[in-house]
Amino acid sequence: MPEQRFFEALNHAMFEEMTRDERVFLLGEDIGLVGGTFRVTEGLMAEFGARRVRDTPIAEATIVGLATGAAQGGLRPIAELMTLNFGILAMDQLINHLSKMRYMFGGAVSLPVVVRAAFGGGTQKGAQHSHSIESWFVNVPGIRVVLPSTPYDAKGLLKTAIRSDDPVLFLEHEMLYATRGEVPEEEYLIPFGQAEIKRPGRDVTIISWSRMLLESLDAAEKLSKEGIEAEVVDLRTLDPLDFETVLASAARTRRAVVVEEGWRNVGVGAEIAARLQEHLFYDLEAPVQRVAAADVPTPYAKNLERLALPCADQVVEAVLKATL
Amino acid sequence: MTIPHADQIRLYRDMALARRFEEGVAEAYADSFIGGFTHLYTGQEAVAAGSISALNHDDYVNATYRDHAHALARGADPARLMAELYGRTTGVCKGKGGSMHFYDAENYFLGGYGIVGGNLPLAAGLGLSVQMKDEDRVVMVFFGDGASNNGVFHESLNMAKLWNLPVIFLCENNFYGIATDVRISSSFNEIYKKAQGYGMPGHVVNGMDVLEVRELCDEVVRHVRQGAGPVLIEARCYRFGGHSMTDPARYRPRAEEELWRKRDPIPRLARHLLKRQICDQARLDALQAEVNETVEAAMRFAEESPVPAPEALYEDLYVEEPGA
Ligand SMILES: Cc1ncc(C[n+]2csc(CCOP(=O)(O)OP(=O)(O)O)c2C)c(N)n1
Ligand SMILES: [Mg+2]
Repeated sequence: MPEQRFFEALNHAMFEEMTRDERVFLLGEDIGLVGGTFRVTEGLMAEFGARRVRDTPIAEATIVGLATGAAQGGLRPIAELMTLNFGILAMDQLINHLSKMRYMFGGAVSLPVVVRAAFGGGTQKGAQHSHSIESWFVNVPGIRVVLPSTPYDAKGLLKTAIRSDDPVLFLEHEMLYATRGEVPEEEYLIPFGQAEIKRPGRDVTIISWSRMLLESLDAAEKLSKEGIEAEVVDLRTLDPLDFETVLASAARTRRAVVVEEGWRNVGVGAEIAARLQEHLFYDLEAPVQRVAAADVPTPYAKNLERLALPCADQVVEAVLKATL
Repeated sequence: MTIPHADQIRLYRDMALARRFEEGVAEAYADSFIGGFTHLYTGQEAVAAGSISALNHDDYVNATYRDHAHALARGADPARLMAELYGRTTGVCKGKGGSMHFYDAENYFLGGYGIVGGNLPLAAGLGLSVQMKDEDRVVMVFFGDGASNNGVFHESLNMAKLWNLPVIFLCENNFYGIATDVRISSSFNEIYKKAQGYGMPGHVVNGMDVLEVRELCDEVVRHVRQGAGPVLIEARCYRFGGHSMTDPARYRPRAEEELWRKRDPIPRLARHLLKRQICDQARLDALQAEVNETVEAAMRFAEESPVPAPEALYEDLYVEEPGA
């Protein structure tokens, strides 16, 4: 199978869907002439023209609101927020408008909007540029939340997002863009709500997504050398959440660790841990462990940033706690 | 020309220091002493030096992520700024902020901010504090052409005028917001005229001429200090390098870059000082040697300074801890 980088896989997904459906168009900052800060939209303006690939001013709230209105009018926009940090300026449009309109209007409207955004820390970008705040959106009903970890998943999930008639927040970790992986030439889609076991194991279940999935796989490799076989589950979409797969795995291993890059306090891990104990209270051998960011703004200094953000070693530690 | 000769020489020194500081930053970045997002100010020196020199020591200033020269012009210690960039405890923010987030309360430099437009409401709020406390202060806030398209720009100008706040909104129009030419992102390109929409005075100035900037700002600061309300200034300038250390700026025509390099504000002031016999070449050389030594010493200081202790991770989050 040919290999592709993460950003190329995303690019191809949009290329294919724009070719397939005239109504799909893109808007965002620096996405056209220069092909995107992370090269995701490279070549698309040359291919589809400035009518369908629109460079916008720095106006996040209006980018998302305008996409929502365009969808109301029958188009299928893909709005790029250069990074999710700037998407915070668009929270009103995302939460008060995009996520609410269909239900609030009694199903009278469908809003096929994809909002794509880079996100995440780990490269010393400091407190305002390092957010992993997917939990905020998972908390809000009415918008799907998708976080691929591999080029293969990125392409298949983005195509599904574009064809979905519901709003989708599609989050791409900045440190994943350059990663490589196999991507078939023939068309495929990955349905929402299907977690994938990225590594099978019998001793403990590690649940993760996006970049932390890679840290979890690293940890599993290290643990394997210690004789502990971890099963690594990639949730891929947090809304809808495939809890069945998580439950089945944890029921087998009887131990679970949730790994996320966002803050620990009221993070996604808290929700998963709560659900696991609802279902497996008498079967679990140990409390569900959470690996997450320290509850402080991400510091700039390299040594402090390393302490603040989760990494494979912390996953190993948490697994050891869960398997004592 | 009303600017005292000593001040003119001082402006030369301030610009030379800012220039040399950024050269040092580029070296240290290449050597991986500095990480994250680092935005250099090279080319725009006349704006920060000229405008800030028109202020009193205790006037308030805030800026964007491109904040090195503004902090220097306020009188911040170059060694402590460099240490911040190196992520060391001796940095102005103890290594927690980094390049985009300088702060120096003693010199009334009230922050560099990473979210475009985010510092404008803060400046209006500072203006309100000055007004309500009946202080003899003005506020000067720096932002880019790109920021003028974001909602908070308009909200801040409106409220500042509505409440007659002592704020100087200084837009550094370097014609690009990252790769996006202001001409394709603003419906109307004479930014200073947007002041009219809020009933406040607007001025445009050649931001490559430090004396012109200083003259205009002397007048504007006087006006604002007298209680006449906010003013918008557009300083037209050019950054000689890319948007940040990782941007090769391929989107800009080479001829345009060369044209602007010919307008370099530092040789321009040197020619003026020599022609008017305000000082001789030997004096300029001595000033250059002095700033070179200052920056070298700053880099040595930064390199020799300790990185933050692990405990620092949880410090500085709140003023008060319950029960403590
Ligand atoms: C709200 C927001 N959107 C996007 C960004 C990403 N970004 C950082 S700087 C920048 C361009 C800003 O241009 P301008 O205001 O002209 O300032 P300059 O960098 O030219 O000084 C952009 C889009 C951001 N930091 N904040
Ligand atoms: Mg600009």
